[in-house]
Amino acid sequence: MTEFDWTQLLDYALMGMLLAVGIAIVRLRNLFAAVMLAGVYSLISAAWFVTLDAVDVAFTEAAVGAGISTVLMLAAMLLTAREAEPVKAIRHWAALIVVSVAGAALFYAVGDMPVYGDPNSPANAYVGMDYITSTPNDIAIPNVVTAVLASYRGFDTFGEVVVIFAAGLGVMLLLGLNPGKKTGGEE
Amino acid sequence: MIELLAERFNYIIVIILMMTGLYAVVATGNLVKRLVGLSLFQTSVFLLYITIGKVSGGQPPILPEYSESYGGSNAGETAMAAASPAAEAAEGAVSQGEALQNTAEAIYSNPLPHVLILTAIVVGVATLAVGLALVVRIRETYGTIEDEALNQADYAAENARRSA
Repeated sequence: MTEFDWTQLLDYALMGMLLAVGIAIVRLRNLFAAVMLAGVYSLISAAWFVTLDAVDVAFTEAAVGAGISTVLMLAAMLLTAREAEPVKAIRHWAALIVVSVAGAALFYAVGDMPVYGDPNSPANAYVGMDYITSTPNDIAIPNVVTAVLASYRGFDTFGEVVVIFAAGLGVMLLLGLNPGKKTGGEE
Repeated sequence: MIELLAERFNYIIVIILMMTGLYAVVATGNLVKRLVGLSLFQTSVFLLYITIGKVSGGQPPILPEYSESYGGSNAGETAMAAASPAAEAAEGAVSQGEALQNTAEAIYSNPLPHVLILTAIVVGVATLAVGLALVVRIRETYGTIEDEALNQADYAAENARRSA
């Protein structure tokens, strides 16, 4: 590292904001505030996606994660309850134990992760870079993410569409299509 | 040890964020808030994947040289294609080499995790919708979405059925 990378500071600021928002969501009992903060969390993570070069993901996260998810959760909240009941203290301790065991296992694995930004890490060295070099010759679009999504891995995207169809069907079956009844806000 | 952790600082933050989401799932009895925690966890997993795909000094995986050098010659190619297929093939080979050279100059971040996470975001919203629909149905049937109250209602119903 010859020169200090100033965009790293932006990353640190975004990480700090994500942590603050996450802890606020855990502590809040007002569901409206928790749902709105979940939207804020999505939007901040979309900003972080931009600094991590994932512009398509940032776009989708801002539209779908911060937009549609928030609307769905607000609708469900309006149909159910506005306030979460307080839980017993033992439950907090149980949650803390579960979280610390899972977190300790993950921290143990951090040492085996590739260094951040390493171009030769196993995840970055093989098939991803192949897509970049072969996209200009195979497919006539400059955005590699679009090329992979729609062409190289088109069947995955087709599967995604099937999942969304199944989910929409499930929501319709659960909430009913009868307009005389009280209908849900989803879909 | 310190250096090892400093080079993997992003992963540590992402793990803490994941654990925040998991805590929100376990430590609340309210089903809507539990789903909020689940989507928090989910977004943190997305961050983990995108962090792995980042290449330092890289750009977003969109090829800018491509449009001028390759797209331009492509237009000429189609005009010439009718005239002689051999000339078209030769020019295609030249511009292919050019495009390869151009892509080799710039560093791009790995596009594959981006694609996977694009799919995951959309599927995540679909499953969230199903979960919330279930919560709404539970509320319609039981009149509550707190899991302690739900358990009590279930026990009461069970006992009433047994004693009858």
